Amino acid sequence: MGLTQLAFYVFAAVAVGSGVLVILARNPVHSVLWLILAFFSSAGLMVLLGAEFIAMLLVIVYVGAVAVLFLFVVMMLDVDFAELKRGLADYLPVGALVGLVLLVELSLVLGHWALAGAAPESREAVFAIEEGVANTPALGAILYDKYLYMFQAAGLILLVAMIGAIVLTLRHRPNVKRQDVLTQIYRGRDVELKDVEPGQGV
Amino acid sequence: MNSDFALVVPEILMAAGAMLLLMVGAYGGEERQRNLITWASAGLMALVAAIVATRGGAEATAFGGAFVDDGFARFTKVLILTSSALMLVIGKEYLERRGILRFEYPILIVLATLGMMMMVSSGGLIALYMGLELQSLSLYVVAAFNRDSARSTEAGLKYFVLGALSSGMLLYGASLVYGYSGSTSFSAIAEVIADDGVSLGLTFGLVFICAGLAFKISAVPFHMWTPDVYEGAPTPVTAFFATAPKVAAGALFARALYDGFGNAVADWQQILVFISIASMFLGSIAAIGQSNLKRLLAYSSIGHMGFALVGLAAGTQAGAESLLTYLVIYVIMNIGTFAFILSMERDGKPVVQISDLAGLAETRPAQALALGVLMFSLAGIPPMVGFFAKFFVFKAAVDAGLAPLAVAGAVASVIGAYYYLNIVRVMYLSQAERPLEIRTNLIGQGALGLSALVMAAGWLPIFDGFGLPEMAAAAAQSLLR
Repeated sequence: MGLTQLAFYVFAAVAVGSGVLVILARNPVHSVLWLILAFFSSAGLMVLLGAEFIAMLLVIVYVGAVAVLFLFVVMMLDVDFAELKRGLADYLPVGALVGLVLLVELSLVLGHWALAGAAPESREAVFAIEEGVANTPALGAILYDKYLYMFQAAGLILLVAMIGAIVLTLRHRPNVKRQDVLTQIYRGRDVELKDVEPGQGV
Repeated sequence: MNSDFALVVPEILMAAGAMLLLMVGAYGGEERQRNLITWASAGLMALVAAIVATRGGAEATAFGGAFVDDGFARFTKVLILTSSALMLVIGKEYLERRGILRFEYPILIVLATLGMMMMVSSGGLIALYMGLELQSLSLYVVAAFNRDSARSTEAGLKYFVLGALSSGMLLYGASLVYGYSGSTSFSAIAEVIADDGVSLGLTFGLVFICAGLAFKISAVPFHMWTPDVYEGAPTPVTAFFATAPKVAAGALFARALYDGFGNAVADWQQILVFISIASMFLGSIAAIGQSNLKRLLAYSSIGHMGFALVGLAAGTQAGAESLLTYLVIYVIMNIGTFAFILSMERDGKPVVQISDLAGLAETRPAQALALGVLMFSLAGIPPMVGFFAKFFVFKAAVDAGLAPLAVAGAVASVIGAYYYLNIVRVMYLSQAERPLEIRTNLIGQGALGLSALVMAAGWLPIFDGFGLPEMAAAAAQSLLR
C-alpha cells in the first residue's frame, strides 16, 4: 500500500469519524471543533485529488470563517440544544421509515437510468484545460471569463443579502450614547494650561 | 466579448442604477432621499423598459449562451419593467403614510426586477437559478419589510423557508439534468434529447425542476405559502407580488420547458395538465370562504396561474402565445384591483375586508363601477378582456388535443365567477353602517380607471386588443426555434 493510499484512508476515516461526532457530541462547542477537524480532513482529501485550490478554500473559508463564526454563535447565543434535540426520538422511527422507502424507490429506478451517450464528453468539454496550466489559474480564467455573467449575478445576490440583513435588523435607537471621538478630544477656549510645581499641587 | 456586453446593457443599467441609488440613500440622509430614490427607481425601470422595447434584431446570445436576447425575452421584460415601475409608484403613498417606506424599498424592487429580467433571458440552468435567486431573495426581504408587524415578519420568514426548500428541489433537478445530459445550457439539453430521447434520469430532473418552478408561480400543490404571504406582507408588496414576479415565473417556466425540453413535450405535458387543473379548482373553490380581500386575491392568483399554465400545457406555439396574452391581461387587471385596495381606509387605518365594500356603489359610484368591471374581467365574463385571455388558452389546449383540460378550465372558471361576482353584489346590494373612506391620489385613480377602461373596451373592434395578440405571437415564435 502506497503512501497516497494510506493518506487517503487516514483522511477519509478521520473525516467520517469526526462527521459522526459532530452530530453526536453533547456539547455544541465540541461539535464545532469536530466540524473543523472534518473540514481539515476533507481538505487533505482534496489535496490528494490534485484539487489544491479547493483544499485551500476549505481551510480558509470554511475553517477560517464559517466554523469560527459558528463557534461565536454557539458561544454567544443561549441556545438550548438539548431542548432542540428532544423530539428526535419521537420522529426518528417515522423519518427512518420514509428515508428507507425513498432509498428503495430510488434504487428500484437506478437500474434503468442511462446517461445520454454524449454526456460524459460534453461534461468534460466545459472544462477543457490546456496542459500545464495549474488548477487555480484555470479556475480563475473560467470564472472571470466564461462564467463572468454568473459571477457578477452571484455578487448581486450577496449585495441583496447584505441590504436585507441591514433593512430587517438595523435600528437607530434614540437616547443611546455613542462614542464620538471628536467631542472626546475637542477642547475649547475654557481650558487653560497651568504649570503646576511638583509637590505643591494646584 | 464587447458584443456580449452590448447585449446586456439593460441589465447593466439596472444593476448600476440600483447601486448608485443605494449610495445616494446611504450617504444622502434617509428622510430627504426617500422620495427622490423612489421616483428615480421608477424612472430607471421605465427608461430600461423603453430601451428594451425599442431594441430589435434577431435572437442573440451572450456569455457562452448563458444569456439569451430574443423577442420573447424582450416582450416579457417590457411587461415586467412597466408593471414593477407602476406598482412602485402606486404603492408609494401607502407606505409613506404608514411610515414603512425606507429608501431600501425601491432599491430592492429594482434588484428583484433585475433578477426577473435575468430569469426570462436565461439560456441555461445556472443563469436560470441565479436570476431566480436574485429575485426571490429581494422578495423575501420586501415581504418582511414592515418589520414591526408580526404578520409581515411571519410572511417573510414563511416565504423564505419554503422558498429555500423549493430552490433546493430546483437545484436537485438541475443537477440530475446536468448529470444525465452533460450540459446545463438549454440548447445542449435539447440536442441531447433530440439525439437520445429522454432518459429516466432526465425525467426525474425535469420533474424536480417543474416542482421548483411551480412553487415560484404558486401553483397547486406548491401554493401553501401564497395566502399567508399575501395577507401578511404590506399591501403594496402584495400588489407587487401579484404582478411582475408572476410574469417572470410564468415566462421562465415557458423558457425552460420550450427551450430545454421542447422535444419532450409528452414528458412534461402531463405534469402541467395536473398542476393547472389542480390550481384552477383550488383557486376557485378555496377562495369562496375568504373574507379578506388580500387572501381572496391570493387564491385568485393561484387560479389564474392555473389558467395561464393551460396554455403552457398545450406545448405548442399557440400555447406560448396564449400564456403571454394571459399574463399581460392578468397584470393589467391586478394593477387596477390593487390600486383600489390600496386606497381603502377607515378612520385612517387600512381595511381589507370584503364586507367593508358594502354600499360603495352609493358613496363612490365611479370607483364601484371600475372595480365591478375588473371583477367581471377577472371572472372571465364576456365582453370583458379577461374572457378573451381565458378563451385563447382554452383554444390552444383544444387545438393541442387537450379538450378535457379546457372543459375542466371552463368549469373552474364558472365556479370562480361566484366569488368575483359576490364582491360586486356586496358593493351594489349591501347597505353599510359606515361608508368606506377612499383615500387615493391621481396615480391610483388613474391606474384603476385606465385598467377598468382597458378591460371593458380593449376588445372592441376599434381597439382589437391593442395589437396584443400579434405581439404575443411574434414573441412566442422566437421562443420556438
